[in-house]
Amino acid sequence: MLVLDKTTFEPEVLKGEGYILVDFFGDGCVSCEALMPHIEELSNKYKDKLKFTKINTSKARRLAIGQKVLGLPVIAIYKDGEKIDELVKEDATAENVEKMIQKYV
Amino acid sequence: MNKIYDVLIIGAGPAGLSAGIYAGRSRLSTLIVEKDKDGGQIVITSEIENYPGCLEGESGPTLVDRMVEQAKHFGVEKVYDEIVDVKLDGKEKVLVGKKGEYRGKALIIAGGASSRPIGCPGEKTFTGKGVSYCATCDAPFFEDFEVFVVGGGDTAVEEALYLTKFARKVSIIHRRDELRAVKSIQEKAFANPKMNFIWDSVVKEIKGDGLVNSIVLENVKTGQLTEIKADENDGTFGIFVFIGYVPKTKLFEGILNLEKGYIVTDENTKTNVEGVFAAGDIRVKSLRQVVTAASDGAIAAVQAGKYIESL
Repeated sequence: MLVLDKTTFEPEVLKGEGYILVDFFGDGCVSCEALMPHIEELSNKYKDKLKFTKINTSKARRLAIGQKVLGLPVIAIYKDGEKIDELVKEDATAENVEKMIQKYV
Repeated sequence: MNKIYDVLIIGAGPAGLSAGIYAGRSRLSTLIVEKDKDGGQIVITSEIENYPGCLEGESGPTLVDRMVEQAKHFGVEKVYDEIVDVKLDGKEKVLVGKKGEYRGKALIIAGGASSRPIGCPGEKTFTGKGVSYCATCDAPFFEDFEVFVVGGGDTAVEEALYLTKFARKVSIIHRRDELRAVKSIQEKAFANPKMNFIWDSVVKEIKGDGLVNSIVLENVKTGQLTEIKADENDGTFGIFVFIGYVPKTKLFEGILNLEKGYIVTDENTKTNVEGVFAAGDIRVKSLRQVVTAASDGAIAAVQAGKYIESL
């Protein structure tokens, strides 16, 4: 998975082409930590279909708020720079994320 | 997958881990089935001040890490799976998960509880968009913003105090005219200059546009409605909800005796089904704390051991 920060998010996601998955996580977020390995697994399975990225919102708070992310974890799908789908908090389970991915691949 | 364990445990919170530690130490083959993350409620708890041996600075995750380590040390196995069906009649208890089936001679249910929602319009829509049930997860987003905390118990007030480290103002919205939290926590809250209190009030609606930008409160004494809008420069604020819990007992409806959704047990954590025990927040009890969850787990494991011997 491509690790993003507040400077690389824009070129990689907002100016990116095609489908891009973003894992918004944060320091001290245990749910995010628990989910991450599942997303890594999915990134291996679907790496040819879409780009997998992650960003630590603790170091990019304004950016997260700008993306309407105010609670963690969030797994979002962007298409050509627009957020088109997302799973937030309890809905963000490995199973639901895979279902969401399958809608777009 | 065909192994028959001595003890199956649902849930890897303090009750389940404590049961695992006791069962494992008694050389019972033990499997903990956890749906998503170790620790349950306490991993979203910013500070643990009242568990014996926990000194200042202990957080939920650090305490749970040690419990997990301890259970592992005693040979307890763990699998991550969500149980979707149970077969509890008969000598063999079967848990049907999404990934597989698990069999055991005895079952300890320690699935815990999840945060109780307010149940007002807008709450679900704005979860993760300003509405949160986890201060440790989401507090950093509200640095220098305004935050509302719904509830007046220990958890609500403690988490409100934690939020004052981030937010510029934290207002507790409580349906009574006094807090239910223990006195020592109340004293800290009243002494904190960032804290503010809105008494006799409940949340009627949460509104926004992508993110929360207003909250409608009702004064329960006068019936008067008040809408609080986000500061224009902020554009949003946080609403943290700590008004109790809902036990995760849907699977056991019609099988186990429940009271208001909680599993009824005797003082030895036995349910109405032979070989099935319940521990922690999921059962009917007067005090739901880490210490009582751990205590339940210990009792349940010992009772499960006795039950297995009697087979």
